[in-house]
Amino acid sequence: MLLEIEKLTTVFRTRRGVVRAVDNVTMSINKGEFVSIVGESGCGKSTLAHSVMRLIDPPGEISGGKITFDGVDLLSLSDEEMRKIRGSKIGMVFQNPMTSLDPLEKVGDQISETIMEHMDVTKKEAWQMAREMLEKVGLQPERVDSYPHQLSGGQRQRVMIAMAISLNPKLLIADEPTTALDVIVQEKIMDFLEDMKREGRAVMLITHDFALAAERSDRIAVMYAGWLVEMGDAETLTNDPLHPYTKGLIQSVPDVWMDKDIKPLPGFPPDLINPPEGCRFRPRCSNASEMCMKEPPEVEVDGRVVKCWLYG
Amino acid sequence: MLRVENLKKYFPVQKSALEVLLSRRRDFIRAVDGVSFEMKRGEVLSLVGESGCGKTTTGRIIVGLERPTGGKIYFKDKEITSLREEEQRKMRRYIQMVFQDPYASLNPRMKIGEHLVESLTIHGIAENEEAKEMAMSMLDRVGLPGEQFFTRMPYQLSGGQRQRVAIARAMILKPEFVVADEPVSMIDVSLRAAILDLLLSFRDEYNLSMLFITHDLSVARIVGDRIAVMYLGKIMEMGKTKEVIHEPKHPYTAALLSSVPSFVKKERKVEIIGDIANPIDIPSGCRYHPRCPFAREKCKKEEPELEGEEHSFACHFPLEGGF
Repeated sequence: MLLEIEKLTTVFRTRRGVVRAVDNVTMSINKGEFVSIVGESGCGKSTLAHSVMRLIDPPGEISGGKITFDGVDLLSLSDEEMRKIRGSKIGMVFQNPMTSLDPLEKVGDQISETIMEHMDVTKKEAWQMAREMLEKVGLQPERVDSYPHQLSGGQRQRVMIAMAISLNPKLLIADEPTTALDVIVQEKIMDFLEDMKREGRAVMLITHDFALAAERSDRIAVMYAGWLVEMGDAETLTNDPLHPYTKGLIQSVPDVWMDKDIKPLPGFPPDLINPPEGCRFRPRCSNASEMCMKEPPEVEVDGRVVKCWLYG
Repeated sequence: MLRVENLKKYFPVQKSALEVLLSRRRDFIRAVDGVSFEMKRGEVLSLVGESGCGKTTTGRIIVGLERPTGGKIYFKDKEITSLREEEQRKMRRYIQMVFQDPYASLNPRMKIGEHLVESLTIHGIAENEEAKEMAMSMLDRVGLPGEQFFTRMPYQLSGGQRQRVAIARAMILKPEFVVADEPVSMIDVSLRAAILDLLLSFRDEYNLSMLFITHDLSVARIVGDRIAVMYLGKIMEMGKTKEVIHEPKHPYTAALLSSVPSFVKKERKVEIIGDIANPIDIPSGCRYHPRCPFAREKCKKEEPELEGEEHSFACHFPLEGGF
């Protein structure tokens, strides 16, 4: 097991109250596995990714649980030790590449600086590596001399990926990497993420797009209101979802190739400061019963984990 | 209902003072570069394409938010681009728009209900108590009970709820034509279907025509009777939704379809080369040829016209066989 997340809880202490953005989440990713975390905005999927990178700033805080990466307990590391892991062992790509690139520095400088920070190489060697990385993500190596504003959104995102993989990480976390991009560019970036997997790296993709996750992942984890509500093999989970939320979400999204009966999910996602009592999906669930006033257990059904009383 | 003829919109490119002094040539971004189509009463046409293809600009010209550089728009057989301002304002009641960003389209200092009342007052449809009553029942109609929501402020509403307000504000005028510009792309996934349902319910109730602008072909599949695919300011292919999706003739349409994420495994994949061209410097011949894997000599020289009756496409060598 490459990454093991056990009973992880990340909270944000706001003036209005405590938000349990990630609430008691347990999951794992194997070496060379492509896992997608699917859910809507506010479900905690991004917070989960940031928690793994230990990039949670106050008023947020990892308040419980354990994260083990490649045998190392990440939450016990010093900031300095964690900084070394970030980048070299775990790479991360964010949604908006423009905010994570320095507009005043050439792309080559930015990539080679990352390389030099973690590896004992000369500047010349680092630049050469930067060229190779750009070529690898499908850009011309001459792009090392470009400034971010000279690149399109898709090209910038590829630069981010080049930077993230320049140190040969074992795990790449991609947080909505293509949300701001057109489908054609998205397709190319996703192809590239799949290549990474073929090289034996693990990929953790955070997305709100169920079809995208279904197309690309080995396994899918579905999050709702801070909970992991279902996780399992991508194909089985999408063809035969167990949790009423997974079912409802799949039924509510249109598909370009399918004639299907689109059924809107009723209601809204809950306010996490005042989540509904018992199951957090209860107010929107057509299967809700008396039982659901208590928090449902996480049970295993045919190799899948599902947090619902229907299976408890 | 609506006829658009050879619509054009060129935006001048901003230059520095020095550049202006040194050269006389002015560059233009050809955002919309000769677009023509017709829509019937009660029909929904999805206008699809990547960002920068000119789909939003086309919509904005139709509702009167931009002036076209060239071309004509006929609304119920009346040419509307050359109308005087006052006449345009009268016309606008019947042509409404729902915007993409529900956070930017509402006035943060105005109560929810006042948005609707204002709309009625401006167009001289109703005032005071009568307007308020109409607003209340329209809020009920879009799923935001008037009693509860009339006095709320925009910041108290979620994105999905705001988009319902924007729809209510447009629909309270009983328009005959609506331009919906990516109305669900900024909405939570689980709430999108409900918003689309709501929009389409007004189509049925008012028998209105709708130009539905989207980058998402899976959304286009469920909302549109027809699809028009735009690339660099021009329509490349247009036809009945399912025909275009299952039997695309234009390689660009096919490439777009190949990239849409789907629960169904793809059987056929049509490639696309490189990145989108610069709209200041549109390629010669077929503007898609530098990206087209099937391009031949002819495509570099001659620009294909959009031809065909029910299913039209602008391509010298259209694809055969379906998806």
